[in-house]
Amino acid sequence: MWNPTNKKLDLELVGFALIALLILVVLPLSVDAFRLNLVGKYLTYAFVAVGLVLCWGYTGILSLGQGVFFGLGGYCMAMFLKLEASSVANTKIQSTPGIPDFMDWNQLTELPFFWVPFKSLPFALFAVIAVPAIAAFILSFAMFKRRVGGVYFAIITQAVAAVLTILIIGRQGYTGGINGITDLRTLLGWDIRTDGAKYILYFVCCVLLLGSMFLARFVLSSKLGRLLVAIRDKEDRVRFSGYSVGDFKIFIFCLASAIAAVGGAMFSLQVGFMSPSFVGIVPSIEMVIFCAVGGRHSLVGAVIGTLIVNWAKTSFSETFPELWLFAMGGLFIAVVLAFPRGLAGLFTDQILPLIKRVGMRTGALPKPAPAE
Amino acid sequence: MSNSTDFLLALEGVTVSFDGFKAVNDLNLYIDKGELRVIIGPNGAGKTTVLDLICGRTRVSGGSIKFKDQEITGLKEHEIVRRGIGRKFQTPSIYEDLTVFENLELSIPRGRNVVGALFWQRSEEVVERVHQIAKMIFLFDFLSRSAETLSHGQKQWLEIGMLLIQDPELLMLDEPVAGMSVSERAKTAELLNEIIKHRSVIVIEHDMKFVESIAHRVTVLHQGKILAEGDMDTIQHDPKVKEVYLGH
Repeated sequence: MWNPTNKKLDLELVGFALIALLILVVLPLSVDAFRLNLVGKYLTYAFVAVGLVLCWGYTGILSLGQGVFFGLGGYCMAMFLKLEASSVANTKIQSTPGIPDFMDWNQLTELPFFWVPFKSLPFALFAVIAVPAIAAFILSFAMFKRRVGGVYFAIITQAVAAVLTILIIGRQGYTGGINGITDLRTLLGWDIRTDGAKYILYFVCCVLLLGSMFLARFVLSSKLGRLLVAIRDKEDRVRFSGYSVGDFKIFIFCLASAIAAVGGAMFSLQVGFMSPSFVGIVPSIEMVIFCAVGGRHSLVGAVIGTLIVNWAKTSFSETFPELWLFAMGGLFIAVVLAFPRGLAGLFTDQILPLIKRVGMRTGALPKPAPAE
Repeated sequence: MSNSTDFLLALEGVTVSFDGFKAVNDLNLYIDKGELRVIIGPNGAGKTTVLDLICGRTRVSGGSIKFKDQEITGLKEHEIVRRGIGRKFQTPSIYEDLTVFENLELSIPRGRNVVGALFWQRSEEVVERVHQIAKMIFLFDFLSRSAETLSHGQKQWLEIGMLLIQDPELLMLDEPVAGMSVSERAKTAELLNEIIKHRSVIVIEHDMKFVESIAHRVTVLHQGKILAEGDMDTIQHDPKVKEVYLGH
């Protein structure tokens, strides 16, 4: 049957395959365990970028607070790991053994009630998705049902990021404060700090990321995906075609946030801590930049953009630590001015036609069908 | 006026004020089943506001709007649409980043919730319906084109098509021929005459020649009130209408 989106999506599948090849085969074979763990950390940000493609690229909802959901997912995971690391045997020098060290330092004598369920791994895994999704639902329900959108929504998400950071830092007895939740050791007795464990977690992260990309692809290639584009284009027309626009925006924002949260949980597992420095305004905006550089309309682009920017950040800040922020700012300006559709746009608009021309000249590629 | 009527749409005592300015003032308007009503009036007469009130975009300050004998004031826009009222905007309002086919497909009144849209299947029936409407609006050869590449007139037709595919009982068109060439106007008049056979239509229009070619009954609005109502001939010879249009 006639399907206008087929061709574009096939190209996307090729991109998925290349990313899978890169992160599952090429990188594990070519870099050492330390660098691979770094790549694993970058990939956790790629979850956020994939979510941003859904809500920003396709639906036009710019969120400058995705760090909130990344952080909530990460904290849910970290709380479980911290409780496991704080067994009575491990913490017998504390005045109250059996509670996390930072609680003891802050004169808490028993585990706060909201920490108790996190002793169970199934609950913690459920919470990794559920807590950020519910937070996203409350925020987006309040905003989108009242038709708050565009730049106002962006500002409010930023405020939420600031508020959550302040809350975490201020209530350090309950949250670990500015240091975050550190010294995570084992997952059900399995030491996550060894090189072997880090290898395995890296591959788990890769598989989950690819899974998220396929989920996002499924959503975007459904009628709902086309509706998202329609909402970005002419919200009123969608509303006056009998759709409750708010429902669709809430759905996609919650989905984007849940995907970001999975990234956060993988971050805690791979890096071994979680702190407010991944929740606030700066990391949230950085994540938007990853997505913008890669191309906010492309799932493949967003992942590649995240890897490239982070790789540049690491190598740049190793040599010129104080220059990185300027480079980052410059990069964002360059993206906005020179290639607003990011690297992916650059590829489809410039490089792909070039390849086609060259291919046609050498006869390696069949001529494309004439346009209608 | 009795509570139970044969009217498809009944506006009674409808008033809306913006910061004290009454854009529509105690308006009574009745539309029959199968009627084509043209609303004319000078700029600022409140024509577009009346359509905004009916489709729920603007809330009434007072009065009642009944559709098929049911009160629709206070319903959300998409709920009013689902009752069977379609609205075309003044400037073509289509999805530029999607193809003509996708524009029409999204307007089919099924799979309108999140789950329905996620698992929507493009069945034979859907394709047939889109093709049928595309032929009516002269865009069958443009189905795979991106909507942004259409001419202004074609965009207007596309939006009309997006409403037709919803099969509304009441169709409201805000200046459907604005910015169209002479030949496009003729084709649009032909299209409208085809459309109104099965439904009621409210048209807002400035172009008098076009109004003559389609009008059954004309309502003249002035300063948020009805100035005159009747067939085209009566309206054109009404001294009050002449005064409003020709200046004081």
